[in-house]
Amino acid sequence: MIRIEGLTKVFKTSTDVVALHDINMHVERGEIFGVIGMSGAGKSTLLRCIAQLETPTEGHIYIDGDDISRLSGNESLALRKRVGVIFQGYHLLMQRTVRANIAFPLELERMPKDRIDARVNELLELVGLSEKADAYPSQLSGGQMQRVAIARALANEPKIILCDEPTSALDSLTTKSILGLLKDINKKLGVTVFIITHEIGVVKAICDKVAVINDGRLVEQGETEKILRDPQHPATKLLLGIEDIDNSAKGGDAE
Amino acid sequence: MMEFITKYWQIMLAGTGETLYMTFASTLFAYLLGLPLGVIMVVTARGGITPNQGVNKVLGTIINIGRSIPFIILMLVLIPFTRFVVGKAIGSTAAIVPLTIAAAPFVARVVEQSLAEVDHGVVEAARTMGATKWQIVYKVMLPESVPSLMRGLSITTITLLGYSAMAGACGAGGLGDIAIRYGYHRYQFDVMVATVILIIVIVQLIQMVFDAITKKIDKRNK
Repeated sequence: MIRIEGLTKVFKTSTDVVALHDINMHVERGEIFGVIGMSGAGKSTLLRCIAQLETPTEGHIYIDGDDISRLSGNESLALRKRVGVIFQGYHLLMQRTVRANIAFPLELERMPKDRIDARVNELLELVGLSEKADAYPSQLSGGQMQRVAIARALANEPKIILCDEPTSALDSLTTKSILGLLKDINKKLGVTVFIITHEIGVVKAICDKVAVINDGRLVEQGETEKILRDPQHPATKLLLGIEDIDNSAKGGDAE
Repeated sequence: MMEFITKYWQIMLAGTGETLYMTFASTLFAYLLGLPLGVIMVVTARGGITPNQGVNKVLGTIINIGRSIPFIILMLVLIPFTRFVVGKAIGSTAAIVPLTIAAAPFVARVVEQSLAEVDHGVVEAARTMGATKWQIVYKVMLPESVPSLMRGLSITTITLLGYSAMAGACGAGGLGDIAIRYGYHRYQFDVMVATVILIIVIVQLIQMVFDAITKKIDKRNK
């Protein structure tokens, strides 16, 4: 579903910063794949490359067999519609209602209004926000805003959703319900979920597979169960070892 | 007092009409020119949705030059152009030409500032949904910054009201013209004071209306 080959990303500033170095990864259809690492490890850059928000310096990313760096402008727009993205900061349109936020990607498609309404109602039901349809984002809690963002990401019936620290700004109970929703979506709709996080709890809760990124390099990947049981790399052990601190500090990382 | 009102209400009313006409017409035309300029400035800026240093620098310089020229000078320099556009250089309609030209670069900056405030993350989210650049401008950046654009519009309108009074000194009519002719040239200070009070009232009303509209349309603090 997502195949990454030799991905390197260098940010050219006064001193070149290597954010990602020779990443190879394969995410299979229908799985929940987690990428974990400390702040600044490069995991967000990885997601941004897959979401076509950054251009890789070297290497290739294939989504459903298409090399995303070789797509024409229109093909690239079309691919974006097949990949949903949700962010830590939700990034909702603050001047639109919940309903209009979810309708937004469908409006971009110029879908007829009656079909948009029907689809939005389905999505509202799916994320459990039907009664908040006419509220504005500023009237919602963080968890509700993330639900709106998830519904919006699913509007175009994508096969993949990319999640950039989706629960890092939420309390533990809300985190649990958002992760539950993602798992539900994965099961019910067969959507492949790619999730970036610094919380080992997220990986434990929903990820089938996990990759550990440290200092721009992929240091370990495999079945979640196996990695948790038998971590090899010091960075993985560190992420596992600080689990208690991590839980108590949940939501502290505003980035 | 009554005597004063009965004597001057007609010219005051006509002056108010001319002032409002000049102000609103030039605000409208200034936005027709300035709004697209402001949008181009934001989208071509470094880190914008279609960065273009060349366009950005050239436009930025033109805008700065436009904003540097004192209005009185601009009005005089533009007389031939004004005559070409409206057929005369005197009167309220003629004044709209230099007022528009003076305000357009100002509007461009005001609009640029409003659009630059739009959360970068929201623009990115729209990109991930496959929005075209044009869709990002008219479905994300402009609607999301409407409250800020409204505040900019109130600043522009009131600034142009002030400029129109200045234009009055050069034969544009309006309240500025009355204040200068009666108050300054004929030493009728009561007329001048009345005109100034009228302008103050108009400014307050415009500000109040815009504040009410902005408050009503902003969905962020419901």
